[in-house]
Amino acid sequence: MRVAAFVPKVLKGILPTLLMAHRIEIGFQDKIGDVLGEGVKRRINEHLGISVVAVRVVDVYSIVGELSPHELEYLASSVFSDPVIHTYTIDAPLALRKDNFSWIIEVGFLPGVTDNVGKTASEALLTALKKSDDQLFRVFTSKQYLLQGNIGRSDVAHIASGLLANKLVEKYGIFSLEEYREKGGNKPYIPLVSENKAPLVEEISLEISDADLVALSRKRLLSLSLEEMKILQEHLRLPAVIERRAQFGLGKNITDAELECLAQTWSEHCKHKIFNAVIDYHDGKMRHEINSLFATFIKGATQRVREEKGERDFCLSVFVDNAGIISFDEEYNIVFKVETHNSPSALDPYGGALTGIVGVNRDPFGTGIGAKLIFNTDVFCFAPPDYQQTLPERILHPRRIFEGVREGVEHGGNKSGIPTINGCIVFDERFLGKPLVYCGTGGIMPKRINGKDTHGKEIYPGDVVVMVGGRIGKDGIHGATFSSEELHEGSPVSAVQIGDPITQKKMTDFLLVARDKELYRCITDNGAGGLSSSVGETARLAGGCDLDLLLAPLKYHGLNPWEILISESQERMTLAVEVSKLENFLSLAKKMDVEATAIGHYTDSGYFHIRYGKKTVVFIAMDFLHEGLPQMRLRALWQQPSHKEPPPASRDELASGLKRLLARQNICSKESTVRRYDHEVQGGSVIKPFTGENNDGPSDAAVIRPLLDSYAGVVVSNGICPRYSDIDTYHMAACALDEAIRNAVAVGASLEHLACLDNFCWCDPVVSERNPDGEYKLAQLVRANQALYDYTVAFGTPCISGKDSMKNDYQIGTKKISIPPTLLFSVIGKMVDVRLSVTMDFKKAGDIIYILGETHEELGGSEWYALRGYIGNKVPVVNATKAKKMYNALHGAISAGLVASAHDCSDGGLAVALAESVFAGGLGANIYLTAVPQLVALPEEALLFSESASRFVISVAPENKDRFEVALQGCSFGEVGVVTEEKMLQIYGLADKPLIMESTAELKRIWQATLTF
Amino acid sequence: MAVKAIIITGNGTNCEVEMRQACILAGADKADIVHISSLLHGEVRLDDYNFLNLPGGFLDGDDLGAAKAAANRIRHSSVFGTQELLLEQFTRFIAAGKLILAVCNGFQLLVKLGFLPLLNGSYDQIATLTNNDSGKFEDRWVSLQVNSSSPCIFTRGLAGLYLPVRHGEGKFVTRDAESLEGIEKNNLVALRYSRADFLSPTMEYPYNPNGAVNAIAGICSPSGRILGLMPHPEAYLHYTNHPRWTRERLPEEGMGLLLFKNAVAFARTEL
Repeated sequence: MRVAAFVPKVLKGILPTLLMAHRIEIGFQDKIGDVLGEGVKRRINEHLGISVVAVRVVDVYSIVGELSPHELEYLASSVFSDPVIHTYTIDAPLALRKDNFSWIIEVGFLPGVTDNVGKTASEALLTALKKSDDQLFRVFTSKQYLLQGNIGRSDVAHIASGLLANKLVEKYGIFSLEEYREKGGNKPYIPLVSENKAPLVEEISLEISDADLVALSRKRLLSLSLEEMKILQEHLRLPAVIERRAQFGLGKNITDAELECLAQTWSEHCKHKIFNAVIDYHDGKMRHEINSLFATFIKGATQRVREEKGERDFCLSVFVDNAGIISFDEEYNIVFKVETHNSPSALDPYGGALTGIVGVNRDPFGTGIGAKLIFNTDVFCFAPPDYQQTLPERILHPRRIFEGVREGVEHGGNKSGIPTINGCIVFDERFLGKPLVYCGTGGIMPKRINGKDTHGKEIYPGDVVVMVGGRIGKDGIHGATFSSEELHEGSPVSAVQIGDPITQKKMTDFLLVARDKELYRCITDNGAGGLSSSVGETARLAGGCDLDLLLAPLKYHGLNPWEILISESQERMTLAVEVSKLENFLSLAKKMDVEATAIGHYTDSGYFHIRYGKKTVVFIAMDFLHEGLPQMRLRALWQQPSHKEPPPASRDELASGLKRLLARQNICSKESTVRRYDHEVQGGSVIKPFTGENNDGPSDAAVIRPLLDSYAGVVVSNGICPRYSDIDTYHMAACALDEAIRNAVAVGASLEHLACLDNFCWCDPVVSERNPDGEYKLAQLVRANQALYDYTVAFGTPCISGKDSMKNDYQIGTKKISIPPTLLFSVIGKMVDVRLSVTMDFKKAGDIIYILGETHEELGGSEWYALRGYIGNKVPVVNATKAKKMYNALHGAISAGLVASAHDCSDGGLAVALAESVFAGGLGANIYLTAVPQLVALPEEALLFSESASRFVISVAPENKDRFEVALQGCSFGEVGVVTEEKMLQIYGLADKPLIMESTAELKRIWQATLTF
Repeated sequence: MAVKAIIITGNGTNCEVEMRQACILAGADKADIVHISSLLHGEVRLDDYNFLNLPGGFLDGDDLGAAKAAANRIRHSSVFGTQELLLEQFTRFIAAGKLILAVCNGFQLLVKLGFLPLLNGSYDQIATLTNNDSGKFEDRWVSLQVNSSSPCIFTRGLAGLYLPVRHGEGKFVTRDAESLEGIEKNNLVALRYSRADFLSPTMEYPYNPNGAVNAIAGICSPSGRILGLMPHPEAYLHYTNHPRWTRERLPEEGMGLLLFKNAVAFARTEL
């Protein structure tokens, strides 16, 4: 290995070497109290079981720069503190003003970690003190927790590491009162990145043994297989390649930047190698060869649906852009994408989830010519927050993951001004190894701007490559390759990063103005793989590019060119700007306080050409970069698993079963989480997450009005049921799709104008020594895809975009945890008139209650069996023909105004759905199970708790009864009872004997009592 | 006089579109969403408008406390290429008796600039909005009692309002008891969190979602021409915004629109 150093252009020093630093500490005045401290105190107790008497929080601002005492006083009193509630000290410890604490924990960020408050504070300093040189002044923040209580140092250390600080991104210090007094307080905390070394380009020989190739891939976290490494080796031996490279001063060795760039581009994350593989699938009876799951089942289905829809096809851009685009009305299109951010959320739940949401925001924003963002939707899968067992190494407690993810998504969504309109939370112990954090975002864009279609992308050679938004640091390096790996000891710290929603909001505000002024030609986001991916992908439209990384704005010194190229620093978009519009574009950016930098131009050279100043650091043919990777070949073997069946439940068990189910984490109210998300910003909220008499019944889907002067609506819903994967992923996938669709239909959507997004989170389906059952997991993947094809075609609902995350495993030492194969279907649709929407709450005593759809003995994988400690085998099977007919009929009835309430029936079966409609409405109901539609006489256990698909609980006003029944003609439905004034749910079983008699208030109380934090 | 509404956005503001819609539905002759950079660059001046809307959002991420950094920006930034502080445009606007409606983050901004409650005409900051007692951001609908003795021109003729709150820092507190007394004595409290009857101000959560002193949800200036409130009137312009519209009979227009209609009517006749 040879290291070639070269002298870079001298960069302006970010900070002087000798630092003048000060420290301002801010706390609440005594009379105000400290609710933040109170919250920490409560969490210390709930998370760790440690009780402390009181906690107070002190905000610390450490300031670099020469400031006069007067200036410091002004900053402390007027800029960083609020005179009505705060008190402060300058270069003196606030905590020591009173000695009413026993311990102090100070938590600050590690060097290079995003410090959003510090950034805002730095800007505020410059503004307030009229300083113009941002190189001379910087503010860093840290937080002190003053703990009062009789606890020892080990407890305090546990509080610091187990709750208050995450050592991957933060550093903490612990002091007793005596120690702190002795010290006289803490010095300013200045976590500067101090790298003074000159940027390097390493040249790496690939003329090494196979074992060394594998070692090289592993050491650099490239996630490239031996086969892939050998392709690179062969490529570099080609005489034509050697000759071309020589012209740009490159030798036989590959540069680190080239190697990293190829690893990003060829990563599972970016290339979806498993979904594009040739699979030799044995289904237990026969062998089939599948040439790409993606092409065969996903694209194949969408193509067929579009053909069958003919003139009614509403798809405009599917699978080719950052998000899918469908038509909304004559003037607008809608855009939708769902992503996952699982691995980072496992390591740093707050930062990982925040980055997840602001990251997926950039997908629709960077689709076509750019869309305005109109909603978010989030689905989380966690291990139970009350998990009691010993945690495996490097795993955070599920409660901490839950709260961190919730807060990250809260900050990302709320601060971006995008309503979070829909979502759900799924619990299963196997999500201990990796939580799943699905974040989705929708957008709206005019169909045409100045007569030009907006849903495509074009770039011409000569267009300037402009990077807009945040600066580049080392954050997020190897995110793409890392997410293509299981969580292991060496999981890189740099993969963790913290998003900055306000920098992004400022950028999107600016870019929407630039879009409407036609100041750019093309837009895409910088996500996984950073510039190497965003420019690498868009360069295909022109035929090549020529970039100079020396022009890219950096957060700090010391980044090597390869790091600049693949860094996943957030809040950045890449644009193609016509030369003639560059000046206008850049000056608008400057005016709106957004950083925009021209870093090169697109070419038709056929090469991905990256320089650092004059030196070429990457020179790769576009063809090789994008098409050089051969298709993977994999084997899949399906074996139908067999589980023990439980004995029938006793009548007593059934009678108490409903209450036990309502308390289950997968069924109970999620209101304490959902209310933290702003679900009505932008003013178009129509169906909110909660509805009913007290605004607390669970809605099935969301409806918004994206255009405030129109009644046209967007409906959004989700379907997810990983438990069924324990029996058969084919039916898991079918049920997830059916659930998403029926949720949308329940609020009034039509099957005619619905599109789907598929989001696969799987455990590693590639067989290896460490992963012996890979062939089975791949068969599970094949079956889920077969169902996706069969059912999206049957329902006529095309997939327009999707994503896969294939390595959701944890392996450290001998401990291996794999998630259950999980497929999230998200559905988006158009509602012609939102005023026709319905909600799930019973409306009025006397209304007639119907069950739509057949119930079967399908308790396999149900919440009820899980409660009883069984899995079973009879998983719900979707009958698409019957379901489709019913969905159309129900839509007709809803559109005609005949339906008072409609509720999807899923987890926990009919009993749970009925209870929810009853308590949401604040009413009661008498229900006769014998009237539930069934093909054969079912036992009460199945009637109550079976999770058969495609069913609804409907209520209809008596005067609409006849018309409703006519509308549903030919479908399975049964009149099962009536809504009552008396606030009781009374369910009568076989022979009309009373089975469940519960007060509405009690059912609701139980449903609300489980998750209250 | 023609009603010319300006809705300021930028740096994290996010309710500007529905705020503009409210102005239009209320009959404003002009309703312009203006990015703060256009004010700072002198392309647009506050002087050319008579109804200023400061919408909700997260100015600068609320990083130094809600709207704190933005207050600092308005206080210290001068209009590009001139000696004029942006602040002067605001004080001139107030002195001219023009209307300001500040919602949520906009309310936080006004209070931190000392533009509310303007007790005795002073620009001193005597109140603030701090962390909710619950310690968390919440989106929930609240009932509001309108103080009919208040000089507020926005709430004229109204008895109660039902609107969503969406904030983490909405607890109204004053610097001292004297300030609170001054606010109360001058009837500057325009809106209080109430039980569902719109008549009973309460400290009880969740009716009072943040623990605000004296259940204060909104205050006005002594002239009644500036109103700041935590709940979002622009979020309830149409009956389908109401959380129970599928089960209650409601008028076509949402309650939030009434504040804007009052403002537009007042500006048309009095300004």
